Amino acid sequence: MSALTDLSLAKMQSGLAAGEFSARELVSAHVSAVEAARPLNAFLVETPDHALAAADAADAALKAGTAGPLAGIPLGIKDLFCTKGVETTAASKILQGFKPRYDSTVTEKLFAAGAAMLGKLNLDEFAMGSSNETSAYGPVISPWRADGSSENLVPGGSSGGSSAAVSARLCAAATGTDTGGSIRQPAAFTGIAGIKPTYGRCSRWGVIAFASSLDQPGAMARDVRDCAIMLEAMSGYDPKDSTSINAPVPQWAAALNGSLKGKRIGIPREYRVEGMDPQLEALWQQGIDWAKDAGAEIVEVSLPHTREALPTYYIVAPAEASSNLARYDGVRYGQRVTPPGGSLNDMYEATRGAGFGGEVKRRIMIGTYVLSAGYYDAYYLKAQKVRALIAQDFERAWESCDLLLTPTAPTAAFGLGAKSADPIAMYLNDVFTVPASLAGLPAMSIPAGLDSQGLPLGLQIIGKPLDEQGVLDAGHALECRAGFTAAPQHWW
Amino acid sequence: MTTPYTDGPAGTYTIEGQTGPWELVIGLEVHAQVTSNSKLFSGAATEFGAEPNSQVSLVDAAMPGMLPVLNGECVAQAVRTGLALGATINRWSRFDRKNYFYADLPQGYQISQFQHPVVGEGAIEVETDDGQKTTVGIERIHLEQDAGKSIHDLSPTMSYVDLNRSGVALMEIVSKPDIRSPQEAGAYVGQLRSILRAIGTCDGNMQEGSMRADVNVSVRKPGAPFGTRCEIKNVNSIRFIQQAIVSEAKRQVEILESGGQIRQETRLFDPETQETRSLRSKEDAHDYRYFPEPDLLPLELTEEFIAECKASLPELPAAKRARYENELALSPYLAGVLTADAEHARWFETLLADSARRQGKPEIDVAERAANWMTGDLFGALNKLDLDISASPVTPTQGGELLALMADGTLSGPLAKQVFEIMLETRENPGDIAEARGLKQVSDTGALETAIAEVLAANPDKLAEYRSGKDKLFGFFVGQVMKASGGKANPAVVNELLKKALA
Repeated sequence: MSALTDLSLAKMQSGLAAGEFSARELVSAHVSAVEAARPLNAFLVETPDHALAAADAADAALKAGTAGPLAGIPLGIKDLFCTKGVETTAASKILQGFKPRYDSTVTEKLFAAGAAMLGKLNLDEFAMGSSNETSAYGPVISPWRADGSSENLVPGGSSGGSSAAVSARLCAAATGTDTGGSIRQPAAFTGIAGIKPTYGRCSRWGVIAFASSLDQPGAMARDVRDCAIMLEAMSGYDPKDSTSINAPVPQWAAALNGSLKGKRIGIPREYRVEGMDPQLEALWQQGIDWAKDAGAEIVEVSLPHTREALPTYYIVAPAEASSNLARYDGVRYGQRVTPPGGSLNDMYEATRGAGFGGEVKRRIMIGTYVLSAGYYDAYYLKAQKVRALIAQDFERAWESCDLLLTPTAPTAAFGLGAKSADPIAMYLNDVFTVPASLAGLPAMSIPAGLDSQGLPLGLQIIGKPLDEQGVLDAGHALECRAGFTAAPQHWW
Repeated sequence: MTTPYTDGPAGTYTIEGQTGPWELVIGLEVHAQVTSNSKLFSGAATEFGAEPNSQVSLVDAAMPGMLPVLNGECVAQAVRTGLALGATINRWSRFDRKNYFYADLPQGYQISQFQHPVVGEGAIEVETDDGQKTTVGIERIHLEQDAGKSIHDLSPTMSYVDLNRSGVALMEIVSKPDIRSPQEAGAYVGQLRSILRAIGTCDGNMQEGSMRADVNVSVRKPGAPFGTRCEIKNVNSIRFIQQAIVSEAKRQVEILESGGQIRQETRLFDPETQETRSLRSKEDAHDYRYFPEPDLLPLELTEEFIAECKASLPELPAAKRARYENELALSPYLAGVLTADAEHARWFETLLADSARRQGKPEIDVAERAANWMTGDLFGALNKLDLDISASPVTPTQGGELLALMADGTLSGPLAKQVFEIMLETRENPGDIAEARGLKQVSDTGALETAIAEVLAANPDKLAEYRSGKDKLFGFFVGQVMKASGGKANPAVVNELLKKALA
């Protein structure tokens, strides 16, 4: 592994600025790493030409003193972000061959800042999954393995390509999207940091929709500072997204502060679930101690509707998805299957039957069901009411604390195929991440330690609306004390 | 079936069945295309008749990752419409998704306002041709997107889709079931159209599909509760709406009188056969799975915004009509005809102002002549030429000039008609036409005295008869003089001079 791929994003920036290496050298090293890591199946499309062209432009800009903040930084882009002229499929067969004529607002911002795109990252189909096993183009294999084992593990999901690529040092950072935990859980599974900002911080324009009221782009990188740098470049008001927040983007990275003096950190009682892995419980306690050490006051808080969050999520998200995915009908783009002599309805059935995978179909059916006449009140409407109660829980908690500290996921990464037959077990992965999604709050996962098998575990920090700074600061404080330096062994 | 319809006991419209009279209960959902430069949720243009698929944005085609952004102008138009109909403006409203699959519905859902419309209850007064007035309640007005157009007859094996209309803003104006006859339905749509055109929120062009109606019809015995209704979809002219109501009501009466029951269903009207046919029954009705549109925030209106909408409203047709009657002393008939259409009223007011200015008289003194000329000569000519007022070859100021030339005696009635014919053909000004073609009325006494002398000299026998008491021959002499002048002689002057010459 070349040393250039080990650098943090911040170190890459300073190295480029100091002329220690060129953007071309930096990007080339990553292009090679991407090629060498094909067994991980992290990339659906490799775009070395895009990356190298951006690198050359960055070198010229660095020389001319006109370089953007991400000039020459090699990134991976989750394949949920539309990229102009580059195939974008959301890991679905139904969009096979689809090349958008437009860039998402987020990728446009990243490219304008000088970033080099190495390629499009694998994910669960339409971001529906927690293990990256629902991709129509095969699962992503985590670069991590348990001590002394050669069993393939999942990288988490749905941003599994992003988590695998960042932790395997294939890119400096990656974009992710988080609907119910799709940034935080894979970050925890692969020993990296990942932040989902406040709903509305990053534009959803050009991001293929899963569940509109929950979807939020975010950043994944190997440490908190890199996440801050990345998120800054991705965020900002976008008049093309009516749900985007019209607020200035703070300079999170420059203001990053590891002291928690004067901060009150809440520990939600209801997150202490029965049968919790003692190692996870110990790590959580460790996190509490680190927070105290950083000057925080620890308070116990209650989020009484936590138990209802997961069922609420699995009504709201599929409901929106069932409608959002109606546009994949074979009429205008993507795959079309026309049975001979068939009607329009036959075309829809054949196209969608062949184009969508099992998990996507399951969620479309659940979503269609909960919105149906006669069931709407009992499911969708009830779920919306509970969602409001969950948001209220957090508002009450903010009366006694500034941030919340919880585990990110109930377990470490599991084996490929271990849960794919049991959707409920799979959905339980999101139990700690879903409440913040339902409330639209900023939340991040930081790598906090390894379990007895040598697999990463993450801690989650949840903040008040628009307080990404508080979340990042707390993440930074914990990360400094955790001293997490573990990296996957290069086996691929 | 030829069931005649008659006026019922209380002057209400009824259909006479085997078992006695039946009353009609009618409600209309009028879909009016909002006048705006761009679509409800995208920046694409809305012009009618453009090349297929030339006015389609990424949002309208529902490309992956595209998001709707509400067009504030369309909201203002809906609010203005609500204000003009005296309706409640809801400070808080919301968009919902109406989910169904169709090839010309790219998103797989229509963004509409199902639960919380932007405009609430209002009412308008309508008057049928026989002068009966009635008030029709407005239930609500909501904003929604139009779908595209599927074209099935261009190929034996393929259907084509034109997305130009996809995403165009519509106002759905829902009436209460207050309408009791096809005449009232026609008057209601006519009045609605006239208001929308006057305030510029819809061009009201039914042929181009800018206005179309879903017609809900049920029948009942007088005084009985409402019957089961059927909805006739997408009727696109006032005449068809009235025909559809009659045909549907008769169908329902026949079913009920033969012991059947009305099934609630959606029907289509075929103007060729004058019959409605079933499109789908309630059981087959789509389950639209409405839910709040998560890509849009709720629509919250400020008092300032509503006040601005109010301030931008022009005079409404009813107020204008009252003003024409009270301030211009026009007959209710003329006032009604001129204010029924905003374009007509605008044309008339320019004509009137110009006519008054040229004659140096107050408007009230020239209004009736102007109104009569416009509704008579001009409308007659446009009708013959099959032209809209907007395409009139004669401008209102040319009309004003023509009226002034008549008023000052330059043109007689017949001459004015001749000049007007030429104006229609050449678009020249009436004064220029009269000058160039010598069509001015001759009031020059010298020239006329000569002509009279010549006529009397040429008809000594008639002159003798007249003098012996045959008074009726006076008309003959007038005719001869007029003929001699080529029709240009001022008949009043001729009369006067002749009387003198024959005295």
